[in-house]
Amino acid sequence: MDSIIQRISQGKFWPFHGGIHPPEQKKITNEKPIRQLPLPKQLILPLQQHIGRQGDLLVKVGDKVLKGQALTQSSNPMAVPVHAPTSGTITAIKKSAIAHPSGMSELCLFIDVDGEDTWRKREICQDVSQLSHQQIIAKIANAGIAGMGGAGFPTHIKVNTKPDINFLIINAAECEPYITADDLLMREHSATIVDGINILDQLLNPAFILIGIEDNKPQAIKALQQATKSLEKINVCVLPTKYPSGGEKQLIKLLTGKEVTSGTLPISSGIVVQNIATCFAISDAVINDTPLLRRVITLTGQALAKPQNVWALLGTPVSYLLAQAGFTRQENTPVANPPVTNPPVIMGGPMMGFSILNEQVPVVKTSNCILAPSKTEMPSAFDNNANEVECIRCGQCADVCPSQLLPQELQWSAKAKDHQQLAKLNLFDCIDCGACAYVCPSQIPLVQYYRIAKAEIRQQQQLDLKAEKAKERFEARKLRLERDKIAREEKHKKAAAARKASMNKKTPEAGAAKSAVAAALARVKAKKAAGKQDSTSTATNNEETKSSSELPIANDEALDDKSQVKAAIARAKAKRLAKSTAVREKAVTNDEETKSSDELLVADEEESKQSNSADDKKAKIAAAIAKAKEKAKAKKAQATELAALSSEQNSEQNSENSSATSAKADDKKARIAAAVAKAKAKAKAKKEQQSNPQPSNEEIK
Amino acid sequence: MINILIAIIVLGAIAAFFGALLGYASVRFHVDGDPIVEQLDALLPQTQCGQCGYPGCKPYAEAVANGEAINKCAPGGEDTIKKIADLLGVDVQPLDENHEQNSSLGHGPTVAFIIEEDCIGCTKCIQACPVDAILGAAKQMHTIIIDECTGCDLCVAPCPVDCIEMRPIAETTQNWQWDLNKIAVKQID
Repeated sequence: MDSIIQRISQGKFWPFHGGIHPPEQKKITNEKPIRQLPLPKQLILPLQQHIGRQGDLLVKVGDKVLKGQALTQSSNPMAVPVHAPTSGTITAIKKSAIAHPSGMSELCLFIDVDGEDTWRKREICQDVSQLSHQQIIAKIANAGIAGMGGAGFPTHIKVNTKPDINFLIINAAECEPYITADDLLMREHSATIVDGINILDQLLNPAFILIGIEDNKPQAIKALQQATKSLEKINVCVLPTKYPSGGEKQLIKLLTGKEVTSGTLPISSGIVVQNIATCFAISDAVINDTPLLRRVITLTGQALAKPQNVWALLGTPVSYLLAQAGFTRQENTPVANPPVTNPPVIMGGPMMGFSILNEQVPVVKTSNCILAPSKTEMPSAFDNNANEVECIRCGQCADVCPSQLLPQELQWSAKAKDHQQLAKLNLFDCIDCGACAYVCPSQIPLVQYYRIAKAEIRQQQQLDLKAEKAKERFEARKLRLERDKIAREEKHKKAAAARKASMNKKTPEAGAAKSAVAAALARVKAKKAAGKQDSTSTATNNEETKSSSELPIANDEALDDKSQVKAAIARAKAKRLAKSTAVREKAVTNDEETKSSDELLVADEEESKQSNSADDKKAKIAAAIAKAKEKAKAKKAQATELAALSSEQNSEQNSENSSATSAKADDKKARIAAAVAKAKAKAKAKKEQQSNPQPSNEEIK
Repeated sequence: MINILIAIIVLGAIAAFFGALLGYASVRFHVDGDPIVEQLDALLPQTQCGQCGYPGCKPYAEAVANGEAINKCAPGGEDTIKKIADLLGVDVQPLDENHEQNSSLGHGPTVAFIIEEDCIGCTKCIQACPVDAILGAAKQMHTIIIDECTGCDLCVAPCPVDCIEMRPIAETTQNWQWDLNKIAVKQID
């Protein structure tokens, strides 16, 4: 460990593989102080400004909010709150374009600024050393701080770790061209930053604190060295300028010589990396009780008359910032497809940023630069015709890749969508730095291909996860159905046993039950008689009748029932004769249906009563059908068919078919009404079916 | 004669030895179930849609293992057929025309959506859903749990009032795909 410090004090570092030296272009903005902007008229605050989840809204439209007031909250640790950057009124909560390469809309809060900038009540912390770890972490979490370097990982999670940290590395490298936001922040607020570093020191208690800063920021280095003079623990490490030394893994390699294993986080090697702007925000949050409301953002590019670093409130629309910086609109190459903002504005640096499609997008916690290049400065940004040519296999991309990947191989696999090969080539170790695309003589937009491939793979992973879940649910459902079936059978068995027991008892009730059974048997016999005449009668019918004929027929009540049943059968027969042969064929399925429903039937004492009211029910069915007819006028023919079917106690499926087809033709209300009527008719038909029961084999026994 | 006896005894002993060895091995290295079914099941999209003619993905996987055609999975499409063909070492076949994806569904993943004012609470769709992704009770309005819906389309047919429709999954920043044609490529010199 000491040898690392020795090496650092000698100014020696472990160089990482690859890297490039693009023109810095930092002179445009690094000689002017950070400017305070007048308050914009309106702020647009996306609810989600970082990796993780969005919180729940605490405010509603029309609410007056004070500066620093929390607008969202969540119990989810991966969610950080959003605060009102200034006082004003919430005018809308709706979807609006956000700072995302897709230019898509997400839920945003619109705040009309009242210009008074009234603070909520704040509690200034006099002595940070008195606070416990949990208090500090709570303060950081409540201040809504997410990593300000780019990814936006919630800071309170990153600092809430086990106390076994070797290195706390403060990332002040700011390696991307054009951007000078951190540089200026260090020059102007080095004391506050060091306060923030001390808070982190108190939290994490690392063995060493290293501030990694590139040697192209001499003034910032001087300021930091001044501020940390009295602090032994903090080492300001001046690094040679090379892109992308500000990458987390690259910086760790540079300073400590350690490689972070693929797929792990630096914390597993006992290293925590924090951005310098995050340190500033932590200090502000813990000491001044000021949540993350604003950030330094570099407005740069030759298309701006007054390029400068500014303090921008979160939620400030980019168009407002551009107007403040004197944005001159330039002619763009006229292209109809695709429609790109005219002229291009890039959010983030030139290497890793993305062009924004809508200038209304707001500044968020992770935006550090707005780049408006002129045509001479960045012709490719204006030229939408892809001038990509074939790869010539020069291998320059592999030479510059800081993650030691094989960019050309990756590119081929990405184009071929060979996800397995991409995984083998460690695509997910790619940090999207763009060094390969920068050096490519064939102007292949390599990073874009990787981004597409990464998104596809992530999508696939999500689908796989979903498939896994669906499978589990399907299996669970199957199990449940199986269980229910067994439970039902069990219940039926028990009920049958109970019935048998009660029938064997010599009580008046038992006698009544017996007579009911006898009545049912009589009906079966009657049906048999009908079935003999019917050419479509099945073998199952015969079986049933055979078994029933073996049993004795009982008393007068049964005879009474019998005559009624006979009458019903006569009616059914008459109808059946009137039917076409098509219906006759269906009768086969009818019998099967009846049989299956018989098995489900638990014959009870009510049966005889039901059969008495069979006529009544038929009338009701007829009425229901008539109603349905009336309502579904267009499908009269089908309705008649339905009527025939239901009176024939036809299979469910047939009536469903007719209901489905008739439904299509009519308007919705009529359809619903018709469906309800039909459903009623069906239910009735079923009941009637119950009223003509044939005892199941079990009961006969 | 004695020579024949010796030969029979020796060969018999050898046969008994190897028989015992094989018997032991079949117990010791016994494989439960048919692993090919598991592998096939893993390749299928698990929509449980039944478009293949089997009541779910697992039954179809079992059928394929027993020689059923590999080109009946419409939601999986050509990709799945290719993977199954690779696994089984058979030729890739084009998707069976009878099992082609219902063109009315359009392209891309969909989820079922219940038009709530039309729902009569008949619970038919609940019984049809293979993954229990529909919530509701008799005579109560039903609704779809979007995260659980596989877009299998099985609930649409049983609905007596046609209040279920398949809707494409909306694109958000979470599932958005980088599109080279939409985003101009930037490079500085």
